[in-house]
Amino acid sequence: MSYEYPDERGHFGQYGGRYVAETLMPALLELEAAYAEARNDPAFQKEIDYYLKNYVGRPSPLFFAERLTAELGGAKVYLKREDLNHTGAHKVNNTVGQILLARRMGKKKVIAETGAGQHGVATATVAALFGMECEVFMGTEDIRRQSLNVFRMKLLGAKVTGVTSGTATLKDAMNDALRHWVTHVRDTFYVIGTVAGPHPYPMMVRDFQAVIGTEAKEQILATEGRLPDAAVACIGGGSNAIGLFYPFIGDSEVGLLGVEAAGLGIETGKHAASLGAGSPGVLHGNKTSLLQDADGQIQHAHSISAGLDYPGVGPEHAHLHDIERACYVAVTDDEALAAFRKLTEIEGIIPALESAHAIAQVIKMAPAMSPDQIILVCLSGRGDKDINTVAQAMKVEL
Amino acid sequence: MSRLQHTFEELKKRGEAALIPFITAGDPSPQRTLELIRTLAAAGADIIELGVPFSDPMADGPTIQAASERALAAGTTLTTVLDMVAQARRELQIPLVLMGYYNPVFRYGVERFARDAVAAGVDGLLLVDLPPEETNEVKPATAAAGLPLITLLAPTTPPERTKRLAAAAEGYIYYVSMTGVTGTQAVAPAAIRDVVVELRTLSPVPVAVGFGISTVADVQAVAEFADAVVVGSALVRIIGEHGSDEALLDKVAAFTESLKQGCKKNNSN
Repeated sequence: MSYEYPDERGHFGQYGGRYVAETLMPALLELEAAYAEARNDPAFQKEIDYYLKNYVGRPSPLFFAERLTAELGGAKVYLKREDLNHTGAHKVNNTVGQILLARRMGKKKVIAETGAGQHGVATATVAALFGMECEVFMGTEDIRRQSLNVFRMKLLGAKVTGVTSGTATLKDAMNDALRHWVTHVRDTFYVIGTVAGPHPYPMMVRDFQAVIGTEAKEQILATEGRLPDAAVACIGGGSNAIGLFYPFIGDSEVGLLGVEAAGLGIETGKHAASLGAGSPGVLHGNKTSLLQDADGQIQHAHSISAGLDYPGVGPEHAHLHDIERACYVAVTDDEALAAFRKLTEIEGIIPALESAHAIAQVIKMAPAMSPDQIILVCLSGRGDKDINTVAQAMKVEL
Repeated sequence: MSRLQHTFEELKKRGEAALIPFITAGDPSPQRTLELIRTLAAAGADIIELGVPFSDPMADGPTIQAASERALAAGTTLTTVLDMVAQARRELQIPLVLMGYYNPVFRYGVERFARDAVAAGVDGLLLVDLPPEETNEVKPATAAAGLPLITLLAPTTPPERTKRLAAAAEGYIYYVSMTGVTGTQAVAPAAIRDVVVELRTLSPVPVAVGFGISTVADVQAVAEFADAVVVGSALVRIIGEHGSDEALLDKVAAFTESLKQGCKKNNSN
């Protein structure tokens, strides 16, 4: 199939675009031009490759989860180990790319929003590497849930600014990051952590994360001699998912499956399934599928996983959903917790709660598949940061 | 001639800049908003910008964020905002401009909104997060309904872009006086004077200046070179502090009257 998105104005079908205040438009146009130029410069790609290999530790391994496969009794399960990256998640693939671009543009200050803290840590890390000033906006509810990552960011020299408005989670952190950016737009580069926001961010972040799927494709071909039947990843904004999916979009035999957070259950209204239970709308600079009421007010998302706790999703996912190239399902907090424990117990891998959503979906679908089928799942991050949340859910005092 | 054009013509004859107070519709309640509109009009406001509350007001500082939250908590929707306008319009001729974020309008349906807004008596629409790059999905509907879509220009807008956007402006131009969100810093009139003066030569419509204008002195300084002056957060702060007081309307009237004094130009240019 021919798939060439976004168009030159940043639209993925009816989604995407640039819905920002005029003050930011020139900065977006400047960024778009700088990225277009860098994207075509082999020296820029070479620089990214150097840091991905020697600093991040890429390529990340593709691991055959033998015991999980045996226990599920169906398809073979392969884990793309983004949890083994420096800083412990896929987020750093993108921050390396954006901060190298920021340097190229002569910017000395970077800002970021963060939910679980993984993107904040990844931004603070690369900012430290290049001696750049870094400020991270984080909801106070997330600061409470993710105290370990908050301390990591501070050790890395970043300023962590608590955000108390709204639900004090990722959505509100992004509002305040945008407010800060509009005030300091002349000298500040905004490092967005997911495939959302105004054009060119959804495209740029996808390009930087596509290394996940590109490597995985080579690895599975080398190991199995064929492509997987399904590629599975969790979705908050959807950056690890688009990174895994994008190189497979033209391979129609590969099913693409995104896993949203069903929270306490879709029927309770306390969830973060922006595609499964959302509708088209405009937030944070892009048109996409949102959790909103009939009057266009954004609703509160809920997930045990701070990284999925967002009422929107990247516009490219909304488009892939519309054209039915990718399928989107949701798993609950409880299912994710059970998957978290299962992977820990039988593979010795503690996954991030976000990634545990993808594992939970694999646990549901693998038994119904045949042993000669293959599931490729993105293990987007490691779970150390979630130990307190999991202990609390298990009613264990640490 | 539209109500907006008529208002600007009259002010030009009198050598005055337009005073445009901004309040959030439904803050603290729809009934109170109606009283506030009457009060503002009687105290010298020339045009009123009514903010349509939104859950995620990304271009606003804490004062207007809080007003949005109060209005939403009072049950304000885009439909009730249009009702407020229709009620005010029965008794008042003052131009009413809706200002807000795109999503509520998008959800309402752009065509239906443009028709309903004009029918209710809305004189202009200002969508903060709908830059010219995306207006093609709104313009056909607002043009068909005869609803001016007001253009925002910022200090970061480059000269070529300014020229192009100013030439195509409708209603009035809203010049954002600084990089930032509403109500957090003070305007520096001397720094924007030349830009605004030039903008007036480029634009077929009047030029209003907003953001950071909170005192009579600010109004006076900006009114020297702009066609209109927008005061938002300073007024919204009074509503936030006295929303339920008896004294609210008197305080708003006194503040508005003082601001209007600042609009009377000594040396009209």
